[in-house]
Amino acid sequence: MALKETNPMKYEAVIGLEVHAQMATDTKIFCGCSTKFGSEPNSQTCPVCIGMPGVLPVLNKKAVECAIKTGLAVQSKISAYSRFARKNYFYPDLPKGYQVSQYELPICEGGHIEIVIDGEVKRIGLTRIHMEEDAGKNIHEGGGPYSFVDLNRTGVPLMEIVSEPDIRTPAEAAAYMKKLRAILRYLEVCDGNMEQGSLRCDANVSVRPIGQKELGVKVELKNINSFRYVEKALEYEIKRQINVIESGGKIVQETRLFDSSTGVTQSMRSKEEAHDYRYFPEPDLVPIVPSEAWIEKIRQALTELPDAKRERFVTKYSLPEYDAELLTTDKTVADWYETAVLAGGQPKAVSNWMMGELTKMLNDENKSIENCPIKPEHLAGMLKLIDNGTISGKIAKTVFEEMYKTGKNADAVVKEKGLVQISDEGAIEKAVDEVLSKSAQEIERFKAGDEKLMGFFVGQVMKATKGKANPQMLNELLRKKLS
Amino acid sequence: MKLNEMTITGLRNLLDKKEIRPSEILDDVYARIEEVEDKIHAYLITTKEQAYKTAAEAEKTIIENKTALLTGIPIAVKDNMCTEGILTTCGSKILYNFIPPYESTVTARMKAQHYLLTGKTNMDEFAMGSSTENSAYYPSKNPWDTGCVPGGSSGGSAAAVAADECIAAIGSDTGGSIRQPASLCGVVGLKPTYGAVSRYGLVAFASSLDQIGPLTKTVADSALLLNVIGGHDPKDSTSAPGEIKDFTKVIGQDIKGMRIGIPEEYFIKGLDSDVEASVKDALKKLEALGAVPVEISLPHTEYAVATYYVIATSEASSNLARYDGVKYGFRRDGKDLLDMYMKTRAEGFGPEVKRRIMLGTFALSSGYYDAYYRKAQQVRTLLKTDFEKAFEKVDIIATPTAPTTAFRFGEKTTDPLQMYLSDIFTISVNLAGVPAISVPCGFSAKRMPIGLQLIGKHFDEASILKAAYAFEQSTEWHLRKPTL
Ligand SMILES: [Zn+2]
Repeated sequence: MALKETNPMKYEAVIGLEVHAQMATDTKIFCGCSTKFGSEPNSQTCPVCIGMPGVLPVLNKKAVECAIKTGLAVQSKISAYSRFARKNYFYPDLPKGYQVSQYELPICEGGHIEIVIDGEVKRIGLTRIHMEEDAGKNIHEGGGPYSFVDLNRTGVPLMEIVSEPDIRTPAEAAAYMKKLRAILRYLEVCDGNMEQGSLRCDANVSVRPIGQKELGVKVELKNINSFRYVEKALEYEIKRQINVIESGGKIVQETRLFDSSTGVTQSMRSKEEAHDYRYFPEPDLVPIVPSEAWIEKIRQALTELPDAKRERFVTKYSLPEYDAELLTTDKTVADWYETAVLAGGQPKAVSNWMMGELTKMLNDENKSIENCPIKPEHLAGMLKLIDNGTISGKIAKTVFEEMYKTGKNADAVVKEKGLVQISDEGAIEKAVDEVLSKSAQEIERFKAGDEKLMGFFVGQVMKATKGKANPQMLNELLRKKLS
Repeated sequence: MKLNEMTITGLRNLLDKKEIRPSEILDDVYARIEEVEDKIHAYLITTKEQAYKTAAEAEKTIIENKTALLTGIPIAVKDNMCTEGILTTCGSKILYNFIPPYESTVTARMKAQHYLLTGKTNMDEFAMGSSTENSAYYPSKNPWDTGCVPGGSSGGSAAAVAADECIAAIGSDTGGSIRQPASLCGVVGLKPTYGAVSRYGLVAFASSLDQIGPLTKTVADSALLLNVIGGHDPKDSTSAPGEIKDFTKVIGQDIKGMRIGIPEEYFIKGLDSDVEASVKDALKKLEALGAVPVEISLPHTEYAVATYYVIATSEASSNLARYDGVKYGFRRDGKDLLDMYMKTRAEGFGPEVKRRIMLGTFALSSGYYDAYYRKAQQVRTLLKTDFEKAFEKVDIIATPTAPTTAFRFGEKTTDPLQMYLSDIFTISVNLAGVPAISVPCGFSAKRMPIGLQLIGKHFDEASILKAAYAFEQSTEWHLRKPTL
């Protein structure tokens, strides 16, 4: 369903995001089952996570650590006393008939995340971060009058990061998501893999005429599972709400589902149909009272976060903001960069090669930097060969491609392929003479003023020397001979 | 005396001296079950074959002088404790076919001490009730008068002990479910401090109140079983950390100077006159043994029953949500998912369980939470404070266990409130989380047993066991046996 264009200038959106991040623990939050993705259905279950009678949860300390770490990284207040609560509802993928979550007393409160929009820094406040267990998965296939339930995901630890309604545009929402993902990946508390469901997002959206103080009626958008969809879903929903208002209608408080295949949001349930979750404190778990010493220990072990790293890259390596931003979005990229620089690569040159050739090659094969066949030290080695004149910048591209293909270092590639630059004046002169002897016509035209032909001569010599001629020497020789 | 009539302590002695063999004890126990079970219905299932197998292993360990605390001792277990590979129904139709693939911590600990499981005992469905009349299968009968209830919900366990159909039994107590049937059947019933015994594998009724404990013929056996089943369990986050105490050590210590609090709120109108007389005699006996009676007040007692029925039902409404027909147990197919849920739960649960699920669901509903659940939690804190204040002045508190002796079948089934009031003296103890023991202290004119309740401070089971033992040894109530 296409929506008619409206005048968005008269309205502003108010958006708050609830992001569910799967915490990077080896085992589930209340039992010892593995959290590995993609295993045989129900192979990672036990009496505790499938809700058998009489079993009891035992809190995974690593999960609490992940949540505290995240809270510290985004300047949240770590609660001295927090507890779990039961969220009660019936569904086949919820074996106990309740989800263990946090309600009145979450592990972290407050905090903020900074995003950059049109070069301006904007601070998005956080309401809270709380821990909870994931539900399982209902599988509807086979066509029979029944469904299947896979409980491997049941009890996988999640943290829900709830933002304040500080976001105003879909672009801000996307920037927030990206920054949050970067922080979580930096902290190694979540792998950020949206395809595998490690990061999921719900949004609360309302619109109001610009200048109006009170908030519009809010709609909850569920099931936004990729960065692309965050923007798309919000754009659609904002337009839809403006349309409703413009045509004299009223927004109803409801939950809507985003369908990524059609790009449309559809009503899932109204406020009246909303569940009464009957939250109450989980009596099977004791309150979480993290000691000051433990929190301090986690704080001490915090890694440098994207913003700090970006600033450091700018000052320490004299990188432009643009380069630093791109290189620090992902921690593995940043680490790769710094390894190459520490191995002797000139900082700006490393950045250029990474953002240029390397990114292109990786993108072509849909590879991430973790699986890059070139080692950062090898890039630094190649840059040294350019610096000391062993290879030309042009040859370097060939060397780089070969390094990518074979995983070998630059020295080995240059040696094997005989790619050492020719800096012997006699040899270059010989090649120049040969080319000029066959190019009487072009020489005429050049001398008549067609300066562009210089490129032609360089090209021909390079071709004859398989690109190995020292470009500087070649240029000088050509100019001398043609003048 | 037949071996099934003996105590753990007595049998331990004979077994260790190799005067008897475990299989001989089983012979007498199962002969007794054969003889009286038709009249008592204490058990839901018996596990005779497995028991004899374990007895054979026990004999070996005895010959090798490697006996453990419960080697060769036949013990019955309430059917709400999960026993690996053995049917565990919780007295409910909804778990009519449930065979757990895991063992509860309590039975695992008894297994580690080589106990012989005689069978799983009858109970009110999901431990909700005070008479076993809510069992989905059949009610158990009081061995002292089979026209009367044995109490509940651990009525099967209490009846089995009283009728000598086992040497001891394990029960669970959420609002009095060990102590009230112990009182009504004339045996010893101990509810330990909340957190003293692991709840892992105990089918949950009300998680913040449930506690497992022993039903025994003597106080010494109670102490011994507490030694076996108590102590920290990493599988239960609410189980208390720390070392296990040896509670048998206090057995036999004198109680001179022990201050015993007598709360005025427990000697009220509605208290049966025979019960009152017996309990007052018991208090005199304790005084004669050197204890010092102190009048105390537990001012919020009158709110205990109401508070309990908000908290327990709220937790139950959530704990029982897992019985939905999807994964295990009873299922009645329906035209769609919701229909299946509704039919399964409508047919799988009995009326009292459904009543409590509805009460709890209501109490937790948005708009009512503050008025009911939150308020109840606040009153619970006041009740706890009552006990804390009282325990500044006294070492233990003595009260009747139940307001009456065993009542007749059907007498209270039409009026749930009347039934709820039979736990009026036991409920506060669960809300406060303190330990309490019921010990036989007399008989009514109709020759029905009466129990004395002794309440202790948190984790001070030692004091109540000490006092209960001293009292027991100075009386002969515990030696009487019902004629069947
Ligand atoms: Zn598990």
